[in-house]
Amino acid sequence: MDLRTQLSMSFHLDKCIGCHTCSVGCKNVWTTRQGAEYMWWNNVETKPGAGYPLTWEDQERYMGGWEVTSGGDLRLKLLKGPGKLRTLANIFFQPNLPTIDDYYEPFTFDYDNLFNAPAGDDQPVARPKSLITGEFMEKISIGPNWDDDFGGSPLYASNDPNLKGLSDSQKLMLTQFHKLFYFYFPRICNHCLNPACVASCPSGAIYKRGEDGIVLIDQEVCRAWRFCVSACPFKKPYFNWNTGKSEKCIFCYPRTETAQANACAHSCTGRIRCVGVLMYDADKIEDVAKQPDDRLVEAMRDAILDPNDPAVIAEARKNGVEDNWIKAAQQSPIYNLFKKWRIAFPHHPEFRTVPMNYYVPPLSPILHQAKGDQGGTYDPESSEFFNDVELMRIPLKYLANLLTAGNESLILESLKKQMAVRMYVRQNRVGDVGDAKVKSALDACGLSEVDAEDIYRLVSLATFKERFVIPEMHRESKTSVDPRTMYEKRGSIGFGRKNREFLGRQW
Amino acid sequence: MDWNSVLYGQLPYVIITIAVVGTIARYVTNAYSWSSQSSQFLENKVLFFGSFPWHFGIVLVLLAHIFAIFFPSAILSWNAVPFRLYALEVTGLILGLLALFGLIMFVYRRLTDSRVRAVTSTADVLVIIILLVQVISGVATAIYFNWGSNWFAASAVPWIWSIITFSPDVAFIAGLPLLAKIHIFNAMLFILLIPFSRFVHFLAIVGPIQYVFGRPYQLVRWYGPRGARTEPIRQYK
Repeated sequence: MDLRTQLSMSFHLDKCIGCHTCSVGCKNVWTTRQGAEYMWWNNVETKPGAGYPLTWEDQERYMGGWEVTSGGDLRLKLLKGPGKLRTLANIFFQPNLPTIDDYYEPFTFDYDNLFNAPAGDDQPVARPKSLITGEFMEKISIGPNWDDDFGGSPLYASNDPNLKGLSDSQKLMLTQFHKLFYFYFPRICNHCLNPACVASCPSGAIYKRGEDGIVLIDQEVCRAWRFCVSACPFKKPYFNWNTGKSEKCIFCYPRTETAQANACAHSCTGRIRCVGVLMYDADKIEDVAKQPDDRLVEAMRDAILDPNDPAVIAEARKNGVEDNWIKAAQQSPIYNLFKKWRIAFPHHPEFRTVPMNYYVPPLSPILHQAKGDQGGTYDPESSEFFNDVELMRIPLKYLANLLTAGNESLILESLKKQMAVRMYVRQNRVGDVGDAKVKSALDACGLSEVDAEDIYRLVSLATFKERFVIPEMHRESKTSVDPRTMYEKRGSIGFGRKNREFLGRQW
Repeated sequence: MDWNSVLYGQLPYVIITIAVVGTIARYVTNAYSWSSQSSQFLENKVLFFGSFPWHFGIVLVLLAHIFAIFFPSAILSWNAVPFRLYALEVTGLILGLLALFGLIMFVYRRLTDSRVRAVTSTADVLVIIILLVQVISGVATAIYFNWGSNWFAASAVPWIWSIITFSPDVAFIAGLPLLAKIHIFNAMLFILLIPFSRFVHFLAIVGPIQYVFGRPYQLVRWYGPRGARTEPIRQYK
């Protein structure tokens, strides 16, 4: 066993209201620089939707992530055929690299004109202006949240690769306003256990930090070969066109190292996010990534270790995990959501990067399709709220394509548990469900009343300290940190303006 | 004043000194700026027709030059059979034209695409001009002065070795045609510009080669007592 620790984030999709406060919090802290304007290290997508960059989930086009070869080896999809030699062949031009048009051309508006336009017959307007070329743009045809809330749009939502495998009547729902479903999906870098970006970087600039598992790009070593952008199936490394370096979500490590919550998680108004520590067995990573699709999530759960097991604690001590990290792992909300209660899932495990952020699938809209419609079960005349989750508006298949590599039974288990918790709480508060019905719902999904109470508490009442159990890193005690660099770098953000290249570009 | 001995006997040492010291200094003090400055992210349609022909053409031609410097007798004995001489010359010419085509696409792209223009620096303009002069003079030499693969081994190669061994002897190249001399002089300008431009990116090819032939997929850095600063997760390739 090779026990390691990982900082991980969870997202409760039922509670996300799509306000983009996380995205703005992240942008204000990290990406308001030239060359980074188009980057949203944290972004929120409407699902079903085309996403950002457009149709990023379509790996037939982008070739991100891993595949298991016929010989049983793990290989980057990008390096099909000759394997790593393909890196040398494609280093001059990458056929699968997205361009800025797949994201959007960053723009501002010519606000000056509103103040300085000469007197005339017409109201002055602020025309859009490119932040790359400085030229006026004819029109803005794509932006960072272009399909926001257009869950019912045949123009955008129908391009969602996750609709694969849905029946025609389910797809038809997208175009019928009264049957429509959509929900929001916040995304940051998954800080994977088997990161495709690290594996694809020819310069060796990207690495995973041993202590907290955060994946970072060493800006001094990056040489702009751009393979990380192509290889990451989540499209979370971004190419800074100004500095010629790739950048990505850094899990706000300057904050988490000092036990503060990440900018996105801290600013979340819906309180949908938790941050905590997971212990895992690094020897199992390769085996997990090679599992068949329907086994992937279970294999990931098997690789996560029980932080209360004395043998695991002893192993952690042996591997130099500090006591505050062990304690944090024992209180980890992520461990509970993912492994103990089994209600959260990784994003697209079939990309085989073993992502380390977890999503609780949405239960709402709690109202089913109305009875008058085909296949509907909900009778508006009755007061019956708690119907069969299998008949909910959001098709199980869709959620399974998104979160469990197509395994619907896992999604069903999670939804049934969430539904049982709702019934349990309603019975406690209002008392109109009936003890027998609550008991049978809890028993059916294997939840104890204590678990139901704990889930209810974590997803609704939990305080800041319960949601963000982040241990300090004690960088000052780490051997390889030169205190002088810490002094020099105080107050800096690690990116942005640096030395000027002689004769060259300025940054 | 003997211009030949100034330009081809003394100047090379100044240029090589600046290039070597400058490159090391840039790596040590400003590794952040060490980048291929790829602009594929901003424009990739024309780049496809520029980058592939340019790089494959120029890399092979450059390798041929380097091979000839180290093994001139091998080239000469290869060329002893006329058919093999023709084959080598034609191959070289085709690769040179391929590189020239790619370069012209580069220029077209820099001039016409406003996004690419926005990230074009002074150094980039110098880079393009120097490469244009180099490739055009090289291709023209190949066309107008036949069997360059032979006389290169008998004139430029001994001159380069005389420079390397600190006994510069410009007599080897003094009699070369002007076109060839421009080619050689411009090559020195190219070397001079290496530390001051994106030319440094071809030195960074060390990383990819190490990646392809040595490194495991995953890299982990530890800050604490786990010891080694970098350590692979597993040795799977």
